Amino acid sequence: MSPEHYLILSAALFTIGAIGVMVRRNSIVVFMCIELMLNAGNLALVTFSRTTGTIDGQIMAFFVMAVAAAEVVIGLAIIMAIYRSRRSASVDDANLLKA
Amino acid sequence: MDEVTYAPATGLLSWTWLLIALPAAGAAILLLTGRRSDRWGHWLGVATVGGAFALALAMFSGLSGLDNKTAATDLFTFISVGELDIQASLLLDPLSGVFTLLITGVGFLIHVYAVGYMAEDDDRRKFFAYFNLFVAAMLILVLGGNYFMTFIGWEGVGLASYLLIAFWQAKPSAATAGKKAFLTNRVADVGFLLAMFVMIGAVGSLDFAEVFNGAGELSDGMALALGLLLLAAACGKSGQWPFQTWLPDAMEGPTPVSALIHAATMVTAGVYLIARSNPIFNLNETAQTVVVAIGALTLLFGAIVGCAKDDIKRVLAWSTVSQIGYMFLAVGLGGGAYALGIIHLLAHGFFKAGLFLGSGSVMHAMNDQTDIRRFGGLWRVMPWTYATFAAGWVAIIGLFPFSGYFSKDPIIAAAFAREGWEGWVAGGAALLGAALTAFYMTRLFVLTFHGPKRWTDDVHPHESPAIMTGPLVLLGLGSLAAGGLMATPVAEWLVPVFGEHEEHHGHLTHMQATIATTAVVILGAALAILLFRGGTDEVPRAAAWPVRLARADLGGEAVNRGLFERPGRVAAGASVAVDARGVDGIVNGLSAAVGGTSRRLGRLQTGFVRSYALSILSGAVIVVAALMVVVIQ
Repeated sequence: MSPEHYLILSAALFTIGAIGVMVRRNSIVVFMCIELMLNAGNLALVTFSRTTGTIDGQIMAFFVMAVAAAEVVIGLAIIMAIYRSRRSASVDDANLLKA
Repeated sequence: MDEVTYAPATGLLSWTWLLIALPAAGAAILLLTGRRSDRWGHWLGVATVGGAFALALAMFSGLSGLDNKTAATDLFTFISVGELDIQASLLLDPLSGVFTLLITGVGFLIHVYAVGYMAEDDDRRKFFAYFNLFVAAMLILVLGGNYFMTFIGWEGVGLASYLLIAFWQAKPSAATAGKKAFLTNRVADVGFLLAMFVMIGAVGSLDFAEVFNGAGELSDGMALALGLLLLAAACGKSGQWPFQTWLPDAMEGPTPVSALIHAATMVTAGVYLIARSNPIFNLNETAQTVVVAIGALTLLFGAIVGCAKDDIKRVLAWSTVSQIGYMFLAVGLGGGAYALGIIHLLAHGFFKAGLFLGSGSVMHAMNDQTDIRRFGGLWRVMPWTYATFAAGWVAIIGLFPFSGYFSKDPIIAAAFAREGWEGWVAGGAALLGAALTAFYMTRLFVLTFHGPKRWTDDVHPHESPAIMTGPLVLLGLGSLAAGGLMATPVAEWLVPVFGEHEEHHGHLTHMQATIATTAVVILGAALAILLFRGGTDEVPRAAAWPVRLARADLGGEAVNRGLFERPGRVAAGASVAVDARGVDGIVNGLSAAVGGTSRRLGRLQTGFVRSYALSILSGAVIVVAALMVVVIQ
């Protein structure tokens, strides 16, 4: 399989993720879409690492995973806190920060 | 021209500063002790001026014994900056000597009179404090040994004049009149300041002797500028055209103030300034001509307006304007006429102070009524006031052998002696002025003291107490005799200041001028007696335009209003508008623009996370697209 297919898959996953972030209201689903975008990026990194024959991309992918893990911890905590105070997990209900 | 030198003072004359210190101490004590000195304060005020008068007499006799008749004292260094060195110096010479005697002598009599006149006033002590302050400032003015000292006195008398005109400050007209006098004087004082700057620039000194000795090297234009600037200052202080409007309004002050400051002494400071600066004016024919023109114009101006006024003090005020016009005319003619101006000034000091105090006595008797249309027949009830007022009246119109005859006639003759058509114009104006003076003074006199009584029954006229009539009698005697007694000796006494001058005759001989003057004076007086013997209407009759014009001060007020007040108001309104709309508009508009923009920008922050995500994505897409474009190229 040529690397283009991986890249096309990565772009498709990223697009699905981005659209999901923008159209879905449930914060858990938005969160999952963000994970999808991150992993689409990982896939692209690993693909490039493969084509160039170096391991830089793979190392970068590990970093992304680590950051994603940390992000999940904090993000879920925030979602829990918001849910407790507002009885809602919809991102549109958390709209106090505005002019 | 001879070198001007002033010999240092010796002996008693080195105590010149004491003349100033006495009334100044009086003023300080009265102002500092406040109400505690209410009971004896007025007597302290009288005593300091009386003491100064005695001292002035002693110094005057000491001065006459000296060869060069000058006594200069340097008290201390006032300002010393680089080349410029201004000493606080005093100069007693024949000119300042006669002024000192006039100020302290007439001042003393008026102080005594004021003890009686102000007896009912709660603030009599304050009045005497200001009065002493005035005497001190006036003495600094005439005794100053350089222009700077004169200027200090000049401003000091302006301050005292302001305080005393507005003495009854609860009365709005008095407060306004005080401000008017102060402001008008301040405008004219700019001339004095500029003249001093010119002296510092051109001569490098303000000292009388150095300025006069260095004046010969000034260029023509510089001498003319110096003369005109000094003239502007003099016109302001002396109520001459175009600054005449403040002087009649100054009559809002108590009558002793009008007598001392606005008749006998302060308003003659302009004459003093020009006479003192005679070496500067002698250098420039044009400057002298301007002085003559101002004098001739003002003497007619004052006399014409004086004919149309019905307020006893205002008639006298316009008469003062007119008489000082004569003095300006005289000092403008130069040469021997300088002394004539000073002689008229001294004679005027006596008779005008007497007339003002007489008018104060009349007002005292008539419940402060000042309208001469409501007097009449007072000669029976106020014999002393009547007699002394009559003395002032014959003195001012210049009947032989009274004061005015010896002081005014020579000025008229000297005006005719000027060469060319100017002589005819100046002499004609002076002659016409004499006729008008006779007319309005006779009108005033007849309406006040003769004819049917026109006052209401609730007024009980009475003669004033002796403390008021005493000074009146002395001033009345001075009015009758001073001119005749002073004319020759004072002229000789002033020779060291003005120099020796040949008397020369121009268009008319002295005898012709005298006959002409006496004729017009008798004519004017007779006409006034004829017209006003039977009293006058109590409301002004509709009159032809010259009378209406004269009643409106010949448009002096209208000119001020049109030329200064209205443009001033417009300028003030415009600057308010510029400030409110322009300056404030820029600031407010700027803040409104910033606020509006930020409010509009703030609307982008919707609070919807998904719309933020959309903007981030679009941004990323744009960046990537831009990169692609660049990379592909």
